[in-house]
Amino acid sequence: MTRLSQRFKRLENIKIGLTGVAVLLILAIMVVLLGTIFIGGSKVITWEFLSQSPRQGMTAGGIFPAIFGMVFSMFIMLIAVVPVGVLAAVYLHEYAKWDHWFTRMVRTAVTNLAGVPSIVFGLFGLGFFIQFIGRGLDHSLGREMLFGQPCILWASLTLALLNLPLVIVATEEALRAVPQAERAGALALGATKWQTVRHVVLPQALPGILTGTVLTIARGAGEVAPIMFTGAAYYLPYLPKAPTDQFMTLGYHIFVMSTQSPDVETTIPIAMGATMVLLCLTVALNMVAVVIRFRTRRALHKGR
Amino acid sequence: MNDQSTRLSIEKFSLYYGRTKALEDITMEIPERQVTAIIGPSGCGKSTLLRSINRMNDLIDEVRVEGSIKLDGEDIYQRDIDVVALRRKVGMVFQRPNPFPKSIYENVAFGVRMGENHVMKSRIEEVVERSLKEAAIWDEVKDRLHRSAMELSGGQQQRICIARALAVEPEVVLMDEPASALDPLATAKIEELIFRLKEKYTIVIVTHNMQQAARVSDRTAFIMLGRLVEYDRTSKIFTSPANKLTEEYITGRFG
Repeated sequence: MTRLSQRFKRLENIKIGLTGVAVLLILAIMVVLLGTIFIGGSKVITWEFLSQSPRQGMTAGGIFPAIFGMVFSMFIMLIAVVPVGVLAAVYLHEYAKWDHWFTRMVRTAVTNLAGVPSIVFGLFGLGFFIQFIGRGLDHSLGREMLFGQPCILWASLTLALLNLPLVIVATEEALRAVPQAERAGALALGATKWQTVRHVVLPQALPGILTGTVLTIARGAGEVAPIMFTGAAYYLPYLPKAPTDQFMTLGYHIFVMSTQSPDVETTIPIAMGATMVLLCLTVALNMVAVVIRFRTRRALHKGR
Repeated sequence: MNDQSTRLSIEKFSLYYGRTKALEDITMEIPERQVTAIIGPSGCGKSTLLRSINRMNDLIDEVRVEGSIKLDGEDIYQRDIDVVALRRKVGMVFQRPNPFPKSIYENVAFGVRMGENHVMKSRIEEVVERSLKEAAIWDEVKDRLHRSAMELSGGQQQRICIARALAVEPEVVLMDEPASALDPLATAKIEELIFRLKEKYTIVIVTHNMQQAARVSDRTAFIMLGRLVEYDRTSKIFTSPANKLTEEYITGRFG
């Protein structure tokens, strides 16, 4: 009896110990990863690093064009993904019948879209946006190689596609959090369905939608695979001026510096610095998301 | 129903949720400017009946109705009826206070803003003041109209919801156990309010509280298992009910 319970106890301790080891492992990876990047990166980050172009085959100089291109592409991506994603979620959650076959099909499509590897999005962007839509536009406008080539527009739209499920899911979640009683209240006052959505549901869902949007940027900024065929450039001596220009962006820049550099020794610190900038940006965006959620929620509670 | 003109008439009305029959063959006439109470045990269909009058049951999938409900002689279940317009004529107050997380002012102005384009500010102010006065809460909130309605107590919130419903000038006001989530003092205020509102509005109230039905209503309908058991003057129902079931229910033998 006592020997048996002792054995149980030992087994129990081993199991608890295993969970502890797993946690420690994760912590260790975090510390090593962030530590390496921080130690390597903090040395090179200066104002010049952030505000100048790369020089001498990217073995010197800064990363400004990559930051600029990233902001540019995120801007276009948001213009595309937020309206489509939010409206799709509003349709799915507020209008569509819950168990209708069409709704279920769309929902399944959204879930599956979220699971598609990002390189597939890249290839899709190349085939659909550039070859099909871009070439088609060029052909019908009588232009030569304006839309039918990799550029910010197509890269951003590919990123938008990649992030569409995220926006839809975040928005649906936010809509679900709005009490049903308030929808009923508005409808009972003779508001139309759209008025109810517009004036009662969406204002309350806004914090959740904004949070989702900011997280979309954080994710979009770091993606490389979807943009390497659709618009990101290895190196450009000028900043992009129009959506039809190619662009440099941070994630791809890091990839290029760490794999294609002619002089690895001198590029590594720059790549570290760029990685640190990207990481800080992602962390900052996540924090912005938290702050937005907190503040709008409080404002909503006070009423306006 | 001889001394009062009829505003609402429910004729052979049945309602199904999918295959389940929730209401069966209900016929009753609801007189103008009186309070009609609907009582009955939990799950008997009294709220369903109430929600049929402004078609809030439409929000539930797979609801099917038979028979008709006529408001001023017009069947509200006709194919081409404007449900939005109907709900402006038939207001509703819910069981739990459900103000919007907006200011008191915006809560009351909501219906007016949704119903008309470009409403004059002065008109909205006028409507807000009139409605809050009608709902007997003006004195309590007049100094903080632009504060959130969520800061108010439950009883005050419920009166804001009543004011909000009155603001669109409905003909009929439906109340679904409006005091069941409130304390006795707040309940007394709501009851007093109902009593005064019948001068202007036709009121239908669902309640599980029989004393409340006896206090505020002119007519009482007793519903059980989706059927209308008895419908008569409140004084008659509570003193000499015709049906044995009614008597057993009001004397508390079941329910």
